[in-house]
Amino acid sequence: MRGTLLHLLRSLPIWAYVLLLYGFIFLPVGVLVLFSFQDSRIPVPPFNGPSLRWYEAVFSDARLLDALTNSILVALLSSLLAVVLGFLAAYALARHRLPFAGLLQGFLTAPLTVSYLIIAMGLLITFNELGVPKSLLTIGIGHVVINLPLCFAILYSQMGAQQANIERAARDLGAREWQVLGLVTVPMMWPALFAIFFLSVTFSWDEFIIAFMVSRFEVTLPVEIWSMLRSGLNPKTNAVGSFVFLISIATVLVLDLVVFRSRKS
Amino acid sequence: MNLLAQSRKQAKAWGLLLPAFLWTAAFFLTPLAIMALYSLWQRVGSRLVTELSLGNYQDFFAKSFLWQSLVNSIEVTVMVTLVSVLLAYPLAWILAERVPRRWQRLALILAILPFWTSYVVRSYSWLLVLSEGGILSNFLLDIGLTAEPVSFANNRGATVVGFVHFFVMLLTLTIYANLVQLSPSYRKAAADLGAGPIRAFWHVTLPLTLPGIMVGAFLTFVLCIGDYITPQILGGNRELLLPQAIMLQIARRSDFPMASALAMILMAVVSLVYLACARWLKIDRV
Repeated sequence: MRGTLLHLLRSLPIWAYVLLLYGFIFLPVGVLVLFSFQDSRIPVPPFNGPSLRWYEAVFSDARLLDALTNSILVALLSSLLAVVLGFLAAYALARHRLPFAGLLQGFLTAPLTVSYLIIAMGLLITFNELGVPKSLLTIGIGHVVINLPLCFAILYSQMGAQQANIERAARDLGAREWQVLGLVTVPMMWPALFAIFFLSVTFSWDEFIIAFMVSRFEVTLPVEIWSMLRSGLNPKTNAVGSFVFLISIATVLVLDLVVFRSRKS
Repeated sequence: MNLLAQSRKQAKAWGLLLPAFLWTAAFFLTPLAIMALYSLWQRVGSRLVTELSLGNYQDFFAKSFLWQSLVNSIEVTVMVTLVSVLLAYPLAWILAERVPRRWQRLALILAILPFWTSYVVRSYSWLLVLSEGGILSNFLLDIGLTAEPVSFANNRGATVVGFVHFFVMLLTLTIYANLVQLSPSYRKAAADLGAGPIRAFWHVTLPLTLPGIMVGAFLTFVLCIGDYITPQILGGNRELLLPQAIMLQIARRSDFPMASALAMILMAVVSLVYLACARWLKIDRV
């Protein structure tokens, strides 16, 4: 009895630390969500609610809804392209002996080491020079640039020797290269492909600085939220922020379920 | 014949590689090259002088608000990295060593949950806590520590808090991943050889988790020093960090050459830090 008490007392600082740090981590998110249900015009105490008026305001705001659609469109299409390009490159480098393979690998993963801000600026200057109008297309191009190296690196690391053997078996049985790719490699790597696609989607969905710099009239959700910040503290911003949080959590859950289920089976 | 088949196979491989290669060349390498060239041009009045010179870089050292922004950035980033490591390490250790195995996954998911709010929104949420009349100010009023509402936003402290909040989560992940891979036999061996728990930690566990710390710390440094959002929302405009100075050159003055030079300097700093910790940064060791 005395032993357990002593043990508890001794581990008290540990749990106090965990509690404190989790408190720190959750404090802003908790405040964000709580005051999205605020009934008055400022999201600071005292809390008077709950009310859904700010969610109504969000869903009747055409600009926000446009930005939401744009974000989903850009995230899905740019991620799809990044995964396809990354997969083909990873397959080429993992399955064929190419000269300068190490150099090519370094080149394809190089964008990972450069700040988004710098990538954004480079693209802005280039598009300006070439007279390319800023649009969703230019945002999408930027998002492929940041997601492609990640897709390539992860897919490359997932292409093991065991899969190479199965591919060789398929080739020996007379499958052509595109058949091997489409009917053997892609199905085998489905969980990895799916996971990296969703990871790209979440990165694109949340990316701000590139979308901010190479866009003009059509913007994505983070850029639209950014322009809402000019009005200071506003429960409507809380509501849209909580909504984005909800979508992200749902995405992560789907990813977890799909990838882990397929791994178990 | 064999040689011909070989080269045909290789040609196919090049074909598969080509789209990704061209994309990176066109939309990553070319823009960087153009930016490097731009940084050697100059903007005089509203005119672009395309004569190559180091004028922008000289200006950087001559104008104190420019190089001060780099100094500020480095100070903030070093502080954020240190504080985040110091806060995250105990948490990662407790999660790996003290939390029952079946709860670890849940505890980890909870610890990184706020990762999934939008980055912009996360900074804004800190404004709700730190600004005048916000949660913290209200709390201090309630317990009688202050008589007037106080603001904790719009200064360097707020920027650091916002950054630390994000990077504690990241570092907890990398350090935890490193800790759970350590075989308990190392510690047992240390204990058998007469080392107490503190000595075993200091001489065995800590050095073995250095790769996890370094990868996390490097990511923290790179992401922190290049970030515009957090200092702009939480730090305000009283003290500029380098990314804010870059955006200022573009937004207020349309001075792309100067902005390019600043971006080049930012890249140089990141490269130097990378070279300094390159030997710890082999991802496969984490």
